[in-house]
Parts: sequence; C-alpha cells; structure tokens
Amino acid sequence: MRPLHPVSPSLRTVLGISFFVLFIAFWAWITLGGHVNRIFLADPLSMLRDGWRLLVEDRFWLDILITIWRVFGGFVLASVVAVPIGIAMGAWKPVEAFLEPFVSFARYLPASAFIPLLILWAGIGELEKLLVIFVGSVFQIILIIAVKVGSTRRDLVEAAYTLGSTSNGIVKRVIMPANAPEIAETLRLVLGWAWTYVIVAELIGSSSGIGYMIINSQSRLATGQIIFGIIVIGLIGLLSDFAFKAFNRWLFPWSLA
Amino acid sequence: MSKLLIEGVSRTFAGVRGGPPVKALMPIDLAVAANDFITILGPSGCGKSTLLRIVAGLEAPSEGRSLLDDKAVTRPGPDRGMVFQSYTLFPWLTVTENIAFGLRERGMAPKERDDIVASYVDLVGLRGFENHWPKQLSGGMQQRTAIARALANDPEILLLDEPFGALDNQTRGLMQELLLGIWERRKKTVLFVTHDIEEAIFMASRVIVMTARPGSIKSDVAIDLPHPRHYTLKTSPEFSALKARLTEDIRVEAMRTAQAQPAEA
Repeated sequence: MRPLHPVSPSLRTVLGISFFVLFIAFWAWITLGGHVNRIFLADPLSMLRDGWRLLVEDRFWLDILITIWRVFGGFVLASVVAVPIGIAMGAWKPVEAFLEPFVSFARYLPASAFIPLLILWAGIGELEKLLVIFVGSVFQIILIIAVKVGSTRRDLVEAAYTLGSTSNGIVKRVIMPANAPEIAETLRLVLGWAWTYVIVAELIGSSSGIGYMIINSQSRLATGQIIFGIIVIGLIGLLSDFAFKAFNRWLFPWSLA
Repeated sequence: MSKLLIEGVSRTFAGVRGGPPVKALMPIDLAVAANDFITILGPSGCGKSTLLRIVAGLEAPSEGRSLLDDKAVTRPGPDRGMVFQSYTLFPWLTVTENIAFGLRERGMAPKERDDIVASYVDLVGLRGFENHWPKQLSGGMQQRTAIARALANDPEILLLDEPFGALDNQTRGLMQELLLGIWERRKKTVLFVTHDIEEAIFMASRVIVMTARPGSIKSDVAIDLPHPRHYTLKTSPEFSALKARLTEDIRVEAMRTAQAQPAEA
C-alpha cells in the first residue's frame, strides 16, 4: 500500500461493505454463540424481529415521523434565525464585535442542560423539543457562518467596488452568493448534530418519538428494540445527509468543476 | 487638460510589531493625457501596484491626491475600471453575467445590457463560451472576460495590475496583442502596471520606470513606435534599442532591491 495512492471505485465499494459484514458477523457470533447475556444485548435476528413488530404492531413509524418533524422544525427555526445573524456578523465588524463574545460563550452551553429549564418554560410538548434543537444549533450556525463570511475573498469585493457596487450591493451580490455553498454545507453539518439533540430531548419528559421508544424499551430490557431504534436514526441521518448533499450540488453547480 | 493627475501621492505603511514605518512610495507626480496608454514598469515591491490601487481608490494615499477629470479620488468607483493579477471573476456567474455585473449594478435595462455584453463577448473572442462558469475557462480566457467586464462599464480610465502576470509566455503575447488591438480601435486612457520590460514597451505610448522601494519615478520614456503594432515589432531594431535602455534602468533598481532584501527579511 503506497501512501495517498487512490483506490478503484469497485474496490472501495467492496471494502466499505465488507466492514459492515464483519461487524454484523462479530455481533452475531457473540450473541448467537452465547458469549454475552442476551438480556444485555439482543442478537441481529431478534433485533430485526423486534423491529418489525414495532413497526407493524406498535405503529413505530408514527414515532419516526414525529422525530423527523421535530428535527426539521427545530433545524429550520435555528437556520432562519442564525443565517441572517451570521451573515450580518461576518459582513459588518461592529455587529461582530457586539455579538461575537456572547455567541462564543453561548455555544458552549450544553443544550441538554437546558432541558429542565425549557420544560419549565414550555412544558413537555412539541415546543420544548423544538427549542432544545434550536438552542443546540443556533449558536453553532451563527459562529461558523460569521467566520466563513468574514473570510470572503477580498479581491472579489474589490473587483465589485471598481465595477460600481455600493455597500449594499457588495453584501447582496458578492458576499451572499460567494458564501452560499459554504453556508449550505454548514447547515448540512449542523443538521447531523440536530439528530443527537432530538433524541436527548425525547429521552426526557416525552411520550412519543424514537428517543421515547428507546427509553421505554430500556425499562423492559428490550435491547433488540433499542438497537433497532438506533439503527433507524442512523439510516435516516444518512439519507437526509445524502439528500442535502445532492440538493447542494444541484443548487451550486458552479462551485464544482 | 490631463485626464488623470497624480499630485504628490505617497504611501507609508505602519511598522510591523513596533518597527519603524515602511515607506512604500515616495511622493509621485504624474499627469496622464486622455487616451494615452501608460505602462508603469518597476521591480517587484517598488510600490507600483500600490500607486495603481490608490488611483483606483482601493487604498488611501498617506499624502497627496489623485484627480480624475479634476475630481479627487476618495473611493473606488465605476469610472475607474480595474483588472487584477489574480483571477477575480465571480465564480457563481457565467461569462456573460460577469461582463454584465457593472451594468446590472447601475440598473441598466436588460435589453440594452444584453446588447452591450454581446458586443464585448465578441470583442474579446469569447463567443461560444457565454454560459461557461469561470472554473471551466483557461487563465487567458478568464483574464479576457475580466477585461471585457471592466470595459463593458465604459470607465473613464482602465487600470490593469499585472493582468497577464500569471499566464504562460505564449498566452501572454496573444493577450498583449488583443488588449492593444482593442485600445487602437476604441481609444481609452489606460494605466498598465507590469514588471516585464518587453510588455511595457510593446503596449505603451509612454513608459514610466519606477525605482526600487521606496518607489519614485526614475524615468519617463515616450514610445513613438507606430500603430497598429504587430508582434514582429518586438524584434525590430528600434524596439531593441528601447529595450536595452530600459533594461539598464531597471537592472540597477532590481539590484538595489536584491541588496536590500536581507535587511528586510
């Protein structure tokens, strides 16, 4: 193996799949082979059986839909607030000087620690779930976008000035389009994190959603269901990431070759 | 009356980490007549780009002022079109959209705008590439688009900061002929910064040679070679004589720069 030498696409696919196979084989071996107590870890087959029962009998797909709605609701809410603020901070230095210290501080406040407070304020309904995701995402988005916008290519800005752009024109027709792909990429990243926040929000004070199913299964030692829930989250995360990526590629063809 | 007047323009940069301030440009006086093609020739780091940026309004002079049509320059504006050494096309806009940028900022009606843009696409020979993004173009094509973008705005003066500096030799030669051809047909006041002696002579009606940092004007040479100029001019005896003279001028300055280097580093 030579360092940095590329691998052929077919070999890449084979290698990628084979780790999944190995992983599941190892899991099957320690569970079906009786090497661990099944109370603590279900085997792959009973996981699938439990999962199927969940979907068909317990209407688990409703929980999945609720969780997806929460993630997107909270994420859209955070984006709508954070993107304009981030652009403003990046473009106008006084705005940055005013907000940056607070946002940097707020970013380190763990969203999960806010849950008790948010329950006090908003109850245990949908609003509280959305707010957890909002608190967890909004400051991250603001800061990343502010940094990206702040590093807009100066020569493009100068070129626009010599073509007669006003300050407003610079922001609207240079800074915003120049950073749009990076902003979209930031949102894709943060959407991934939103999936973690939603599950945490659903573990506490909830009566629906994937997280609720997981905490509910724990009290019944239904490890098959827990693992099924975790895998569902992973799959949806992967799918939404794929869709987001494809959407960005379609939206910004100029940023690719 | 002069088109452009540079009156005692100098530039001093604040010292780095408590060091003494750095003088980049000694006070410069220069008068540019309308429709003149002026090249500013100097060794790297002599402050020639700084001078151009001051005329463009992208930097403020420490002293002095520059006047375009008797109006003092305070900020960048569409009356001073600029072409940069780095590729500064807007990557999210196609060739035509890039060329139309200035006209759009001015709020020109689409119909009129499209006609002007189409004529400049033809002028720089980019027909067939109208809907390409900058990424899909070669360096030479990008700079041709940049020239068209600046010209489409119909500026009073065109400022070029080593526009062909990043191009290979052959492309550079073709670009020189293209730009000169445009100037010969459509008269425009041009200020062109370069460190390439041949380029400076070939393009110019007047070459301004600058000294090593801090830059000042060393000599002011009128180039009376006939127009239209052809690339074969570069091998003519008159051209060679001018080249020999300017090479001598610039060599002294380049050596001064080289000797000053260790102290600056």
